Amino acid sequence: MTTGDLITLLPLIALTVSPVVVMLAAAYYRSHALALALTLVGLAATIVSLFIAATRTSRQVTPLLSFDAYALFYIGLLTVATAAVAILSWSYLQRRHVHPEEYYMLLLTATLGGAVLVASTHFAAFFLGLEILSVSLYALIVYPIYRAQFVEAAVKYLVLAGATSAFLVFGMALVYAQTGTMTVSGLAPLLIAGLGGEDVVVALGVVLLLVGVGFKLAVVPFHMWTPDVYQGAPAPVGAYIATVSKGAVFALLLRYFRPVSLDTGSTLFLVFAAVAIASMVAGNLLALRQDNVKRILAYSSIANLGYLLVAFLATGERAAIAVTFYLVAYFATTLVAFGVVTALSTPERDAESMDDYRGLARTRGWTAAAFTVALFSLAGMPLTMGFIAKFYVVTAGAGAALWALIIVLVLASTVGLYYYTRIVVAMWVRQPDESADAVGAAVGGGSAAVLAALTAFLIVFGVYPAPLIQLIERAVATLP
Amino acid sequence: MILLWYILIPAVAAPLAWLVSLSRPQLARWVAVAGTALPLALVTWQWASQAGALRAAFAAHGPGAAGLVQGTWLAHVQATWIAPLGISFFLAADGLTLIMLVLTFAMGLLAVLASWRGIQERVGFFHFMILWTTAALAGVFLSLDLFLFYFFFEMMLIPMYFVIALWGHERRVYAAIKFFIFTQASGLLMLIAILALYFIHGRATGVYTFDFTQLLGTQMPSGTAFLLMLGFFAAFAVKLPAFPLHTWLPDAHTEAPTAGSVILAGVLIKIGAYGMIRFMVPLFPQAVYGFRTVGLVLAVIGIIYGAIMAYAQTDLKRLVAYTSVSHMGFVLLGIFAWNTLALQGVVLQIVCHALSTGALFILVGTLQDRIHTRDMAKMGGLWAVAPRMGGTAMFFALASLGLPGLGNFVAEFLILVGTWQVSKWAAVLGAVGLVFATVYALWMMQRAFQGEETHALRFGDLVPRETGMYAALIAALVVLGFYPQPLIATARQTVTSVQQITAGSPLSPETASAAQTMIVDGATADDGQ
Repeated sequence: MTTGDLITLLPLIALTVSPVVVMLAAAYYRSHALALALTLVGLAATIVSLFIAATRTSRQVTPLLSFDAYALFYIGLLTVATAAVAILSWSYLQRRHVHPEEYYMLLLTATLGGAVLVASTHFAAFFLGLEILSVSLYALIVYPIYRAQFVEAAVKYLVLAGATSAFLVFGMALVYAQTGTMTVSGLAPLLIAGLGGEDVVVALGVVLLLVGVGFKLAVVPFHMWTPDVYQGAPAPVGAYIATVSKGAVFALLLRYFRPVSLDTGSTLFLVFAAVAIASMVAGNLLALRQDNVKRILAYSSIANLGYLLVAFLATGERAAIAVTFYLVAYFATTLVAFGVVTALSTPERDAESMDDYRGLARTRGWTAAAFTVALFSLAGMPLTMGFIAKFYVVTAGAGAALWALIIVLVLASTVGLYYYTRIVVAMWVRQPDESADAVGAAVGGGSAAVLAALTAFLIVFGVYPAPLIQLIERAVATLP
Repeated sequence: MILLWYILIPAVAAPLAWLVSLSRPQLARWVAVAGTALPLALVTWQWASQAGALRAAFAAHGPGAAGLVQGTWLAHVQATWIAPLGISFFLAADGLTLIMLVLTFAMGLLAVLASWRGIQERVGFFHFMILWTTAALAGVFLSLDLFLFYFFFEMMLIPMYFVIALWGHERRVYAAIKFFIFTQASGLLMLIAILALYFIHGRATGVYTFDFTQLLGTQMPSGTAFLLMLGFFAAFAVKLPAFPLHTWLPDAHTEAPTAGSVILAGVLIKIGAYGMIRFMVPLFPQAVYGFRTVGLVLAVIGIIYGAIMAYAQTDLKRLVAYTSVSHMGFVLLGIFAWNTLALQGVVLQIVCHALSTGALFILVGTLQDRIHTRDMAKMGGLWAVAPRMGGTAMFFALASLGLPGLGNFVAEFLILVGTWQVSKWAAVLGAVGLVFATVYALWMMQRAFQGEETHALRFGDLVPRETGMYAALIAALVVLGFYPQPLIATARQTVTSVQQITAGSPLSPETASAAQTMIVDGATADDGQ
């Protein structure tokens, strides 16, 4: 390890030092404001270090981590999303009169895990990153506020994530035992050979790895935990799980499969295609009958991951761009949606029932407008990033001639319109039988600023996405 | 650059209307009037000043001109938008575009005027939505980049959805969601077709572009072309609406507020016709030829079914909505006939249907504002109470049934003559639809305005603002009935150029000389006399 390597590692070092600083500060002087301020400083330092690391030419640090432009882009995305979650959490936690300093520390360690994941080129880094992320999340769900509902969600998540890790480790072990490799470059030939190869043990190992990844991404049939955990977790933590946790794992999946061009007849392709179709269909259909906004968002995220898999299956450079663009749009959209839920939650309970949103357009016009933009972005309507993102995904699929998948995508997202518009209707349309409008909590200044910034982001890059696409093109080009 | 203003003016007026309404709600109405009247004046001016250019372009290239393909449009704007995907911001206008733009802004203005009394709640937001729809509609008619077209095509859904869901009648939420889902689903099918075309063209030539003029004439297997054509047809047939895909229309038109119905009937459903003429047939002439029989059958079913359903309604607004299904059947008939006469008829029908049906919707709206019902069983003898309203209704009912001397007659006559050359029985059955139209139109007059006045309804007759609106519409229909030549001349270049594009296919067997000399001489279209 040279000094140069340390410079390359700066983003990770910044993300490692910040939680320590937050923790030590909390030990000496408990202050919510100080904890948030230090967190934001740490995240800002991470962003700055990304630019410093970008000046280095050699980006591979040990066989474990590669800080290519792709990794740096995703670390930046995760960091910004974490900052948004941190600011959104402020008034949510402040209202509840708890001591939430450690919450921010956990947020930072979880992001560290995510950063390791997106840079990992080796099973060891993969597993380390995933565990840092998961362990932080167990605590995040239940730590800040002690409520039976949150404990239940945390236990559910703990059990399932624990089982996932076991699958993963076993899968890695099997692959290693047969092939003696744990690196991305070593894995690629195996994936290219598909699962139809003669070596059953390797095939089993790859399947177990995919099961682990599937659980993290919450795609059908590994989706069962999502609605319960989304509903059970505090709203800002839900936002974090939906974005950073899933996004980091998808980025890793993309890196591992980038060299692979899946043959549409191969077993591996069929497995992914089946998962994608099941996720799109089940996610959208199950959301139809929900009255809980958090659960609707959970099912919607299952469906969204299905759309992402369609682009992923297209393989090639266009697919990588489509996936990354979709993830950025999905991050911003989900953060706005969960941000609104967070901002409106009262100390007694989260604003998760459909009734909490009745007449919101009259009581809190701007908040309702932001939520409406987010919902239309999820539905893929023009003037929002969701439109360009879905267009890109369909383009990638069409480029690879995945017609069946695209038609399922189109039909499923049409079903999705129904439940998104239901929330919009609840916010905007006056019902005759309604006595009074729901009144949520007042939206704090920080939350309002974050929501406004994210909504503006959704609209600006929904109208003129070219600069973002060029940035993503440069990032994706560095993948092997 | 003038083309950009057509989109920008209403797009800028939209948030402005909302902002001024925060302090003075009534002011939003005037902003909306300015936001539609200004581009209306602008496009009328462009039309008037370029009428000579239109003739010159036609004369210079003669019937052999390929119009848009050769770059003979009146004005255009082209700029890079999303370079990595080959998407450009490409707006262009020819005669048909100008007609559609005039229609868009006129109907937008009419919608604003018609809501002067009816909309008293969230006035600023309402006009925001109307102006947003207008901007998106202008974009649809101006785009020649298929991605841009799809962008605007989807963009108008949101404001229309809100207009129906927020200010509509009893079952507004149901109608709004149904409208939204129908249009979005069919739009996505078109998107798939657009993308397939994009890749087929890109693979063949190495140029990945959504530019319509470059995509024209892309070579592909006939089976593929047929599937892609179906994708476009799905989107446009839902919009139009053509027979089995029409079910959203009666709900949306009935439940929408008057302004919403006017824009829906006047402009929005015309996108279906416009899209078929501009994009679907020129892109896939062979496939359309293969689909012609089905298209003609659907058109005839639409004409007759729409008329019968209209006759069966008790809700006055629903009746008017079903007449749209019938009239749009004629449009479909004309498009699948695809000859000069039929296409001229289609353009006329687009305009005249917008005027007459828009007027009928406003009339139903004013009636509902006064007597708070649309149920014809609760009406009867209204002529005695409000003679000016009764007379106006009579006029538009006669226009709707195709009375000679009014624009609608010329349009339907041209379509039927054109269809006769292609399929005699389709023309005959279409003509039967005219008889049904007489039945429903007169039956409507009988039930609502004639007969005994038994319900003791007392209400005020038309006020000057309303009389003014109707007078303008009546004048326009009469002028088009006796002298449709200016409209036909404006659309002539487009009609000729789209036919030139399809000239190599069995769809346009007529040679460039025979039938088309008729229009060059301006010898048609005096049929109304």
